[in-house]
Amino acid sequence: MMSEQNKSSGTQPKRSLKIDNLVKEYVPGKPILNGISFEVEGTNCVAIIGPSGTGKSTLIRCVNKLIPPTSGNVYVSGENITELNGKELRRARRKIGMVFQEFNLVERLSVMENVLCGRLGSISPWRAWLRKYPAEEINRAFELLESIGLLEFAHQRADSLSGGQRQRVGIARAIIQNPHVLLADEPTSSLDPKTSVEIMELLVELSETYGIPFIINIHDVELAKRFTDRVIGLSQGGIIYDGPPSELSNENLKEIYGGASWLQ
Amino acid sequence: MNEKIKPQYGTPFKTNWWARAGWLLAILYVIYAANYLNVSWVRFVAGLSNGADFLGEMVPLNFTRWKLLVGNLLETVEIAVIASAFGIVLSLPIGLLAARNLMPSWVSWTARVFIALCRSFHPVIFAILFVKAVGFGPLAGILTLIFASIGFIGKLFAEAIEEISLKPVEALRSAGAPFISIIVYAVIPQVQNRFIGFSSYQFDANLRNSTMVGIVGAGGIGGTLFAAFQRFDYDFLAAILVSIIGLVMVSEMISLQIKKVFQ
Repeated sequence: MMSEQNKSSGTQPKRSLKIDNLVKEYVPGKPILNGISFEVEGTNCVAIIGPSGTGKSTLIRCVNKLIPPTSGNVYVSGENITELNGKELRRARRKIGMVFQEFNLVERLSVMENVLCGRLGSISPWRAWLRKYPAEEINRAFELLESIGLLEFAHQRADSLSGGQRQRVGIARAIIQNPHVLLADEPTSSLDPKTSVEIMELLVELSETYGIPFIINIHDVELAKRFTDRVIGLSQGGIIYDGPPSELSNENLKEIYGGASWLQ
Repeated sequence: MNEKIKPQYGTPFKTNWWARAGWLLAILYVIYAANYLNVSWVRFVAGLSNGADFLGEMVPLNFTRWKLLVGNLLETVEIAVIASAFGIVLSLPIGLLAARNLMPSWVSWTARVFIALCRSFHPVIFAILFVKAVGFGPLAGILTLIFASIGFIGKLFAEAIEEISLKPVEALRSAGAPFISIIVYAVIPQVQNRFIGFSSYQFDANLRNSTMVGIVGAGGIGGTLFAAFQRFDYDFLAAILVSIIGLVMVSEMISLQIKKVFQ
């Protein structure tokens, strides 16, 4: 199964995400996202910033159709996700790794089992239940755990770990999917400043190592500037800034977040 | 000590006249009902001496028919074990279907109606129905207790599932996991311990209930118990009651051990 995946990813030209005129309305006539379009390719790290409630989380969940968009299209490595349903959607979701604000681990399962949750899309429920994962996937899980420094925690329950360690497990779970795009929804918001930096370093490093385009929702503008090579500013459902972090001015930030007193 | 509440403040505690009237009504009704049903102290004292005679006839316990007793006890245990096994296995999917946070509403409502039906009658009434439907014997008792088990475990299990965190579910959905795998990995681990708790509790209940379904002819020791009553075999009756107490205590101990294993 793994080799088949490698083959298919080998024939793909470049891992990419393209969002085309995406609209999401929870209440008809009141779009929370209004015509979002952008494209990410290769090892691009993109931060999405914007005030709370502006639809950042919705945008990221529209990519893997956890939230179905009202209109518009999302392409992952050229495949249109929005028109997929059922089994095909599940197959496509394997190509999309996701990291969550509150880690979303299964607390009562071991670290190893949590990492292998990322492979559940590629294995039958029966084999998953019996823990009969292919040997190469298990080896890959061990390698990933070693690279994030959690090898000796493999058999511990996830709820025995600290916040930073849990987020590392969450990241390993996304990476073991061998994804074509990596999404992160506020991955550092539940962590202290030092751990936040470590987690950002890890995410960027893994994205570069495996050549996965990386899209991150983030509140912390400084972290965004420091770790990403492109910033998209959302406000009132539209993109009002899209460019390199170095060019993101206080004027832009005023426009994105409103008001100026918080900038000092 | 002589200071009084200053009149401008008014009363510090408000009197709830409705509640007082309600209590008064309840007390009056109890007195009325006791009169109506001829429950009186004289009647109670007369009953006491009767009870003393009854207890006197119970001792010494009569274990001469121990073969019948043991055979019946074994049948009782078998009814409880089989009914619990099927009841637990069936209530797992039914409870899952009844969980409103995982299922579309038409599925969960159907399952909920079924569970409510299982809960609507006391086991004795189910036992009477099944004795009529499938005839005298343990099968009727087993069916009775299967329904009782589904009613109890199914409902509590559904409630337990409705209380889980949906965050891991979201994570597994985003990884493309099939629905069954999501259940196995993200739902079951969160409710497994509670399910085992409900199941062992229901096994206890089934054991106690399986001693009773025999009274209406649905197998087990209840039939013999009832016959002993009717024939005034109070010493044999006492032997049966003591055996039931022993059986229930043994099962309590076993279920404690089971819970320890799964902690």
